[in-house]
Amino acid sequence: MRVSLVVVRHRSAGSPAFLARHLEAGVINAGDGEHEHPTQGLLDLLTLSDAWDGRFEGRRLAIVGDIAHSRVARSAIFGLTTLGAAVTIAGPPTLIPAEAETLGCAVAGSVEEAMRGADGVMALRLQRERMESGLLASVGEYAKGWGIDRERVALMRPGAPVLHPGPMNRGVEIAPDVADGGESRVFRQVENGLAVRCAVLARCASALTEVS
Amino acid sequence: MNGATVIRNARHWRTGERLDLAFDRGVILASPRQDEARVIDARGLVLAPGLVDLHVHLREPGQSAKETIERGTRAAAVGGFTAVACMPNTEPVLDSAAWIEWVRARAEAAGYCRVHPIGAVTMGQKGEQLTEFGALKSAGAVALSDDGRPIMSASVMRRALEHARHAGLPIVCHEEDLTLRGDGQMNEGWVATRLGLRGIPAAAESVMARRDVELSALTGGRAHIAHLSCAESLDALRDAHARGILVTGETCPHYWTLTEEAVLGYDPHAKMNPPLRTERDRRAVIDAIRDGTIDCLATDHAPHTEDEKRQPFDQAPFGIVGLETALALTITHLVEPGHISLARALELWTESPRRVFGLPDVRLEAGHPADLVLIDPEAAWTVEPTAFQSKGRNTPFAGQRLVGRALATICDGEITHLDAAIEVGGARPGRREAGLERSGSLATPR
Ligand SMILES: [Zn+2]
Repeated sequence: MRVSLVVVRHRSAGSPAFLARHLEAGVINAGDGEHEHPTQGLLDLLTLSDAWDGRFEGRRLAIVGDIAHSRVARSAIFGLTTLGAAVTIAGPPTLIPAEAETLGCAVAGSVEEAMRGADGVMALRLQRERMESGLLASVGEYAKGWGIDRERVALMRPGAPVLHPGPMNRGVEIAPDVADGGESRVFRQVENGLAVRCAVLARCASALTEVS
Repeated sequence: MNGATVIRNARHWRTGERLDLAFDRGVILASPRQDEARVIDARGLVLAPGLVDLHVHLREPGQSAKETIERGTRAAAVGGFTAVACMPNTEPVLDSAAWIEWVRARAEAAGYCRVHPIGAVTMGQKGEQLTEFGALKSAGAVALSDDGRPIMSASVMRRALEHARHAGLPIVCHEEDLTLRGDGQMNEGWVATRLGLRGIPAAAESVMARRDVELSALTGGRAHIAHLSCAESLDALRDAHARGILVTGETCPHYWTLTEEAVLGYDPHAKMNPPLRTERDRRAVIDAIRDGTIDCLATDHAPHTEDEKRQPFDQAPFGIVGLETALALTITHLVEPGHISLARALELWTESPRRVFGLPDVRLEAGHPADLVLIDPEAAWTVEPTAFQSKGRNTPFAGQRLVGRALATICDGEITHLDAAIEVGGARPGRREAGLERSGSLATPR
């Protein structure tokens, strides 16, 4: 049986590229290690497009949290900057990757600096193992320094959306009232995720049919 | 081989003078005798003492899928080497006199160059209990190392250097703080950030280099710092030299030819430890070679199977092969651009490593061993891994056009490598099967 399309989610960064080199099939990256998560990036773009009336130029998204280990952040940065929006990242120094600005984003020294005047914010999920590996002191310390709460949301432009790739640690990277508040687009992200992934499959499948 | 051999019309590697050199029974003769059984026409090629590589992984015992002593030393011969020092991180680890003797016996039976084993510093390279340095030395170990598994305890390293000083052996230090390395896969920097790979900071190397310089100063023991890759470690070595501390250091061809950018595309052939660093580090390596900070060159020849390397980057093992490309990478990237002269480059592969490990001198003079290499410094060739003698094909230089090649290698008076371009004449042509002969008694002088 010949496989024509492979959807791969793998803990190794670059594994879709590896498969693409060794297979004749089309390869869809569904998340590779700490590298990229392109369909998440597309659904984030769709969600922001809705919130921003389809206009990306002149907009700025703040991404807050564990950038170093986040494939979601990388794909969001690449997608947004491609469309002409700006990205500012912020997070604990131990979770900001080396030479992070080379990703095409600005690096803020605090969550307030990143969010002030922003057109939206994306909070990243905090993995418990970051505490175990000594990158962070405690969940409480993180929430205090980098959690998205109401006061911080108020620093952004009025109505600026709040995104989170899920599943959320309520009270850690996002305060419960923000997660459930009017600015939250978390459930839209989930819906858009389904639509975007269907579209990606359809596009790739039809591309394959055209080729053959 | 009965009767003498003469190499005619060679060019002396250091003086550039025209040279005829004869040898018999493995020893260089005072002058050619005209009745040589064998005549090698060097056609003006450069004749030098055989190259020495202080840092190779021959993988035996226990990892012969990756490499064998036979294939690894064949690769050495093709690369122009007549001696290699092999690392003890085998299975089992070379931590006893018996295993040192085993490697030497195996090399005498199957080797194409002299093999000088390096004994482990600690039992099983676990970084805890010291091995018997005296017994290892008596068995033929020329140095000690826990290469690949750095000794994290400063106290163990201190004791090791004290004993090593007494034993008269250098300790080869793979400088890497394992806690700083974590699960890093490549140099920490923008490429790792872009690729989503965990980084290894240069400081993981330099803090340990600094530590071992201080411990060498404290103990008077001799540390030889392996495969220096970054500017800060080179500064540590430079400072050590300035302070008169008994520390030496080596670097490898990939550190003056490649940077972390070679990893873009996730090529596991660009994965080694220490990792490829930045352009600034690459330039610092070249500067350190130019200004004499670097004491000698080495390859860190680290063969792996194709299956092991044919994996996603973070799953593939660290290491690349080096024996068959080292000379060409030296000539192409150090000599051709004018960083150092050919004579200096060859010194860094011959006299310098022999001095660092206290190996017997080899000079193009009567009475010295006939360990020789005939080099065409202008021969252009393309790296074709499938043509390697090594079992390992894991090189990042595949397809590259390089300049400089060993056309004949002679070890202990036996031809161990002979390019088709070299003609051997005389009453009894010395070319056997495959154009090669191999001594059954490549004695390892001690
Ligand atoms: Zn090493």
